Amino acid sequence: MINYDIVVIGGGPAGLAAAIEARKNGIESILVIERDRELGGILQQCIHNGFGLHEFNEELTGPEYADRFIKELEDMGIDYKIDTMVLHVDNKKNIKAINSNDGFMEISTKAIILSMGCRERTRGALAIPGSRPAGILTAGTAQRYINMEGYMVGKKAFILGSGDIGLIMARRLTLEGAKVLGVAEIMPYSGGLTRNIVQCLEDYDIPLFLSHTIIDIKGKDRLEGVWVAEVDDKRIPIKGTEKYYECDTLLLSVGLIPENELSNNLGIKMDSRTQGPIVNESMETTISGIFACGNVVHVHDLVDYVTEESRRAGKFAAKYVKGLIKNSENIVKTNSGTGIGYIVPQIIRIENIDKKLKLFMRVTDVYTNIKLIIKADENVISQQKKKQLNPGEMEMVNIPLDKIPSDIAKITVELVKEGE
Amino acid sequence: MLRKEITCIVCPIGCRLLVEKDDKEELGYKVSGNKCTRGEDYGIKEMTNPTRVITSTVKVLNGLLPRVPIKTDGPVPKDKIFKCMEEIDKVVIEAPINIGDIIILDILNTGVNVVATRDMK
Amino acid sequence: MYDVTIIGAGVIGTFIARELSKYQMKILLLDKENDISKGATRANSAIIHGGYDAKTGTLMAKFNALGNPMFDKICDELKVPFKRVGSLVVAFDNEDMETINKLYERGVENGIPDVEILLGSEIKKMEPNISRKIIGGLYSKTAGIIGPWELAIALAENAMENGVELSLNTEVQDVQKNEGNYRLISNKGQIDTKYVINCAGIYADKINNMVSKESFTITPRRGEYYVLDKGIGVDFMSTVIFQCPTKLGKGILLAPTVHGNMLIGPNAENIQDKEGIQTTYEGLEFIKNTSNKSSEDIPFNKNIRTFAGLRAHPSTGDFIIGEVEDAKGFINVAGIKSPGLSSSPAIAEYVVNLLLESIENFNLKEDFNPYRQKPIVFMELNDRGKNELINRDDRYGRIICRCEMITEGEIVDTIKRPGGATTVDGIKRRVRPGAGRCQGAFCGPRIVEILARELDKDPEQVLKDGEGSNILIGETNKGKLAYGEV
Repeated sequence: MINYDIVVIGGGPAGLAAAIEARKNGIESILVIERDRELGGILQQCIHNGFGLHEFNEELTGPEYADRFIKELEDMGIDYKIDTMVLHVDNKKNIKAINSNDGFMEISTKAIILSMGCRERTRGALAIPGSRPAGILTAGTAQRYINMEGYMVGKKAFILGSGDIGLIMARRLTLEGAKVLGVAEIMPYSGGLTRNIVQCLEDYDIPLFLSHTIIDIKGKDRLEGVWVAEVDDKRIPIKGTEKYYECDTLLLSVGLIPENELSNNLGIKMDSRTQGPIVNESMETTISGIFACGNVVHVHDLVDYVTEESRRAGKFAAKYVKGLIKNSENIVKTNSGTGIGYIVPQIIRIENIDKKLKLFMRVTDVYTNIKLIIKADENVISQQKKKQLNPGEMEMVNIPLDKIPSDIAKITVELVKEGE
Repeated sequence: MLRKEITCIVCPIGCRLLVEKDDKEELGYKVSGNKCTRGEDYGIKEMTNPTRVITSTVKVLNGLLPRVPIKTDGPVPKDKIFKCMEEIDKVVIEAPINIGDIIILDILNTGVNVVATRDMK
Repeated sequence: MYDVTIIGAGVIGTFIARELSKYQMKILLLDKENDISKGATRANSAIIHGGYDAKTGTLMAKFNALGNPMFDKICDELKVPFKRVGSLVVAFDNEDMETINKLYERGVENGIPDVEILLGSEIKKMEPNISRKIIGGLYSKTAGIIGPWELAIALAENAMENGVELSLNTEVQDVQKNEGNYRLISNKGQIDTKYVINCAGIYADKINNMVSKESFTITPRRGEYYVLDKGIGVDFMSTVIFQCPTKLGKGILLAPTVHGNMLIGPNAENIQDKEGIQTTYEGLEFIKNTSNKSSEDIPFNKNIRTFAGLRAHPSTGDFIIGEVEDAKGFINVAGIKSPGLSSSPAIAEYVVNLLLESIENFNLKEDFNPYRQKPIVFMELNDRGKNELINRDDRYGRIICRCEMITEGEIVDTIKRPGGATTVDGIKRRVRPGAGRCQGAFCGPRIVEILARELDKDPEQVLKDGEGSNILIGETNKGKLAYGEV
């Protein structure tokens, strides 16, 4: 049996930031477990720039962003194991893991930080009809082949879904000499950041078809083409709008799903909207001493916010080990009002908030000129005017502690049209 | 170019800008559709001298991975992107490489270097 | 000169090959595809039927009844996943109950054991997630679930270990009748053989017509399915749930799989294209809407894949098994639609006996080995077993597929076995990486890398499935201008 104070499961941006922060808060004995061949997670294949604007006030590429944290972790002498898979975690915080060097390991720890990240939605999850040839990949798999393994996946591509990875890959394929015929998005708005639409699609004259989807896939062995159709406001394909695109590659960028198999086996309570664990202000799950942060909790669009959230998990895991977390009698729940899809954290113990309560949320639709209102029970404690809110861009709200009454039951966030 | 519609990317609002040739303006262009002055600057730059940072990979021998990611350490003119890619394409280097190592000095006389964006042992 | 050549390496062809490998014969098993079990065997309901359904007096009824009890032994010998979970045909109204009564009577006539009619309340007790609208049903205790392609692959492997030759990518283009033997003309050259067994599935009519007059046709009858994620299987429905049969088939079913998933389907559509295994919007919608009758709570949001398979529907309406009248020594095993999988052990036994009747003195092999070495399933080992295995072979310490928890050791083993995997889907069918919820998004690149290394190929040459299904088209950072010309 190996013993640690804190074990971090997942060595991507979330796990790295959490481990570093736990060390900064005085915990010596920390282990990071990573299943891939190196630390850094998915950042290592995100070779494009645009990371770190909030965190470092500069534009970094994914590997550069990861490098800063990996070097800090190594300088601190924090233990980590790569190529190591966690097979099982029980609620007494015993971990079973394997790798080729150590064989089968049993690790006992006082606190666990779950930071396993997320996976991509697949064609299967969408049940796109048609044949099942080669040449259909998630955008992330194509990204790994091209950016890390050094192999091209096709010559003529179509992309389904306007998530950021899909947009980034449209440009990447183009730079590598492939022809990208278009990007179809079933929603009437894009799921990606505006800057990516401009710099990845408009720069290269790649059309974006909003309210369109793929209705059929052709090709026996290798993909030969896709049928694309416009959809109505119920997302049902409109007859007569079908158009055929001959292509050998279809990339899917149709959403990310938090990877919570370990959390589910642990019996941690989940939020059906985020598909991640329910967490409190300290990023602690419903099992005491088991924390979670990053995309395993809810899918972020900026790694900077992952870092910020994961530091909180690391800090409070350290406090937990030292017995410094305040267990409150009064549990405040966050409540998604009109126009709000979800809020993280779902539970707040006001005693543990430093100066500000940070809430991450997503809106359910595109809103312009709208007021974002925060209520403590039924009383408005804060409101902000917003020119534009998109479901593709996560919102962060800071509420000063002195504005939150201590005896409330819930905090509600909602959208109200200006003038109402 | 006399007039062009572009999407502003200075902030998340994404204003649709209309940039028109106008000799009465100091910089030769008039921008409309913008909600702030940063949008105006962006619109004119996009018409007069659009630039982009390129990110890609180069082939590496004897490293943990067969490719190392790179970027241009500053923006290059947009119309030179594909020419730069051709240069980047030709390079084969050997590990070890450190983050920030210059892979191509002053690519195509742009004054911009191509640098590695990670270590490759 | 081969004694026997078997055309088609689906479950029927591999089963016959394995049964024949008990005898001192020179046997060739061939298939036009690049792997075993690429036709109906890889895309069906994965069920061993009780046997009450087929019309009494048909070959389907006979061989289903005989075949069902044979699975315990064969699956034990070959280490194929098989569970007798039982099946229920459920009734929603009195008309359905009449059908249930008829099926029960047919079960008795067909000689099927352990079939009983249950009340709605009894069924709801067995299956808490079943629709409350169910008023009764037929329970068949002996019905089971199986890994169909795993069975065919195991049969082929065991047959090869007992001397059968396997030739893939071998398409029979013509058959010439000679004195006392046959010459098969294939894309790989001529094959001389004394006997031919036609197990060509959907193409069995085409092969038959090469030596005989056209006496039957095979129509592809397409069935589409949903596959739900692990954890939705036996926990959601512990038995196989059928709705009452229709003219076209046994009705939409919910079936737990041996790997813990749930299959939902199939519809039934006669099509022209013998390669038409695409799914359709209409078909999938039909399955969704129809299956919701059996249970209102089916979590379709946990769908991880849809697929379609083709049943070989014969114009005669029954299995076509026997020596061709005008071609002595040429045996058809055709039109093996449902319950073909359930009947396969009995069909194989019957065909072997048929052959032995006309063949002169072939003796049993003394050294026939009925057992297949069980592939290691890492996650089934206890903690100590895991540790010892990794110490012995460190490839078992590397999890490649994180959804199904499959190690590199298991993947390499399945490549190295006789008739082993040569493609990404071949590995998926044998040991399941890519069959999980990420559908190979994470492990795909690593599987390609392992296949390339083990088969000594370039990654660009590695196939997803059939010939021409290359995943990668070449390296980046070299010669990319060639792609730019498109």
